[in-house]
Amino acid sequence: MSLNFSIDLPKLPIGQLVSDIVDWIEANLGWLLDGITEILRFLLNGFQDILSFLPPLVMIPVFGIIIYLITRRDIRLSVLSIAGLILVWNLQLWDQAMMTLSLVIASTIIALLIGIPLGIMAGNNDSINAGIRVLLDFMQTMPSFVYLIPAVIFFSLGNVPGMIATVVFAMPPAIRLTNLGIRQIPIELIEVSDAFGATPRQKLIKVQLPVALPTIMAGVNQCIMLALSMVVIASMIGAGGLGYQVLVGIQRVDIAMGFEAGLAIVIIAIILDRITQGLIKTEKARE
Amino acid sequence: MEEDYEPEVLIEVKKLSKIFGNKPERALQMLEDGKTKNEILEKTGLTVGLNDISFQVFKGEIFVLMGLSGCGKSTLLRCLNRLINPTVGNIIINGNDIVTMDDDEIREFRRKQAGMIFQNFALLPHKTVLDNVAFGLEIQGMDLEERHTKAEKALKLVGLTGYEQSMPDQLSGGMKQRVGLARALASDADILLMDEAFSALDPLIRRDMQDELIELQERLNKTIIFVTHDLDEALKLGSRIALMKDGKIIQVGTSEEILMNPSNEYVERFVADVDMTRVLTAQDVMKRADPIISCRSGPRLAARLMKEYGISSLFVVTQHRQLKGIVFIDDVVEAVKKDHTTLEEIVQKNLTVIDLLTPLADIIPVIADSKYPLPVIDQDGKLKGIIVRGSVLSALARKESEPIVA
Repeated sequence: MSLNFSIDLPKLPIGQLVSDIVDWIEANLGWLLDGITEILRFLLNGFQDILSFLPPLVMIPVFGIIIYLITRRDIRLSVLSIAGLILVWNLQLWDQAMMTLSLVIASTIIALLIGIPLGIMAGNNDSINAGIRVLLDFMQTMPSFVYLIPAVIFFSLGNVPGMIATVVFAMPPAIRLTNLGIRQIPIELIEVSDAFGATPRQKLIKVQLPVALPTIMAGVNQCIMLALSMVVIASMIGAGGLGYQVLVGIQRVDIAMGFEAGLAIVIIAIILDRITQGLIKTEKARE
Repeated sequence: MEEDYEPEVLIEVKKLSKIFGNKPERALQMLEDGKTKNEILEKTGLTVGLNDISFQVFKGEIFVLMGLSGCGKSTLLRCLNRLINPTVGNIIINGNDIVTMDDDEIREFRRKQAGMIFQNFALLPHKTVLDNVAFGLEIQGMDLEERHTKAEKALKLVGLTGYEQSMPDQLSGGMKQRVGLARALASDADILLMDEAFSALDPLIRRDMQDELIELQERLNKTIIFVTHDLDEALKLGSRIALMKDGKIIQVGTSEEILMNPSNEYVERFVADVDMTRVLTAQDVMKRADPIISCRSGPRLAARLMKEYGISSLFVVTQHRQLKGIVFIDDVVEAVKKDHTTLEEIVQKNLTVIDLLTPLADIIPVIADSKYPLPVIDQDGKLKGIIVRGSVLSALARKESEPIVA
């Protein structure tokens, strides 16, 4: 009998509050949201144009050569990548695959452009680090799904909100690993740059970034992989590409379609991962 | 180690203190009230790094800061180029107070006047040896060609020509520290700050590096502040040594002064472990050569002196105390019987002689095999004294503050 008393309490108007805030932002910062949308769309279209400019028959060897050069002449990986890409082409998923790749590349670039400077700031300043760490912990405990909500609210449906959700989701490792890389630098190396009279900028460019580079590259790798996984999920809010094929496969219980698209995603994931791992190894070898 | 010129003061540290933590004023007040480091840590949570340090460093000397880990020696070194900012006090270098310099001035000071060398070499892993050496010059904005020329010169000084294009991880520890040394030399700074520079090297390489540092210093006449926890190293390198404990300087002096007159119990305990055979030299353990005999005297005088002093051998010298040789009692008796008038025939001329500066460690094996006392001579071949087994033993077993020279 006493269990019902809580029903009498008024409901906190959290939903209403958020809705009001969103209304306000849309009314007053609409120009900003539009600007961001335009920039992202421009970037995305640019990459898409580049990647679909030439037919698969030309693009596949080009990819092979790029992989060959980046991985320091790993012929086996190059051949396997070419085989994988031919399979994607054969499955008639080439256009979708290039769409996904454009989304990944554009999102990653933006995530790095924001994430690496933030990581540098956090690496050099303890209070910024403390603030960012709270934010990152919060971001990384949230299911990736949840990122779709604000993206949809502010940017409605389509590729651009998909990119926004992807950028937010993929950024944390870039921040964290840049921060880590800078903090891992032996104190003596920092003292060297100070003791020889380096300015803070010289210290950053000539000592901190080069020494932290392998760790930062590991962050880039993580960033790319997370971007790929989020781009697939973002198909739920209208982002195109292979993710959309998977989504349609689920909705229609079309096992064949879903599996083929999933396979194409795995192929692209492996290629992207190997390329960035290769970059890290090149860095390490140069040391 | 004797200075026949008036030493010129290059660095003067006056009443320098460093408190780590917020609001250091509280700790400073407590220090003035005579509270100890531990009491202050307990009451305020502040750590006293340096406590009222004053000393002078002369131009062209190797000044060693020595003490156990945590005594503040590295903190003090880092105050000298403000890698650590002192809380109070002054550091006057070349007439300018380092402590009051603003960012630009201190940067200029670090670039031009003080090079630093680190315990773990601290070479930049992504740069070649040549670029590492040129790092200070690169920071100064010197163009590539000029700084490479200078860096090559510095590499030549430390004997690493030919390794310009190597990467740091291809080098051994000793070579890495040579690169570190070259980097500090490249900018032509007058002052070298060396923080445990040789502590990470293995003993043999370490000894070589010490010798080379001494040689380099004599050639280039740098002023070196050298931090170490190793007393043997301090004694070998230091023109003067400052012994530190708990952020204070306990004693400053030459190695002899510190060993012979430890100013308190702490110093005494510190020096108790020293390998005395490396510190003491022939001149510290020799006895006066008495009696000796002139080469013009005859065997009868020699026999009488031997009998009088109860000895079986006698050193023969010229008028100017130039060592000529030694005579033994058997030969002297024989010569007396044969009625010789000079010692000429019986003087043994090839005998082992010891230089004034030979360390005791090198003397011990020689004297163990020797049937007669060892003569000690100076550069001109003059007999300065003799060493017998007894004087070596008594020097090693000496009690503190007791003079060694018998």
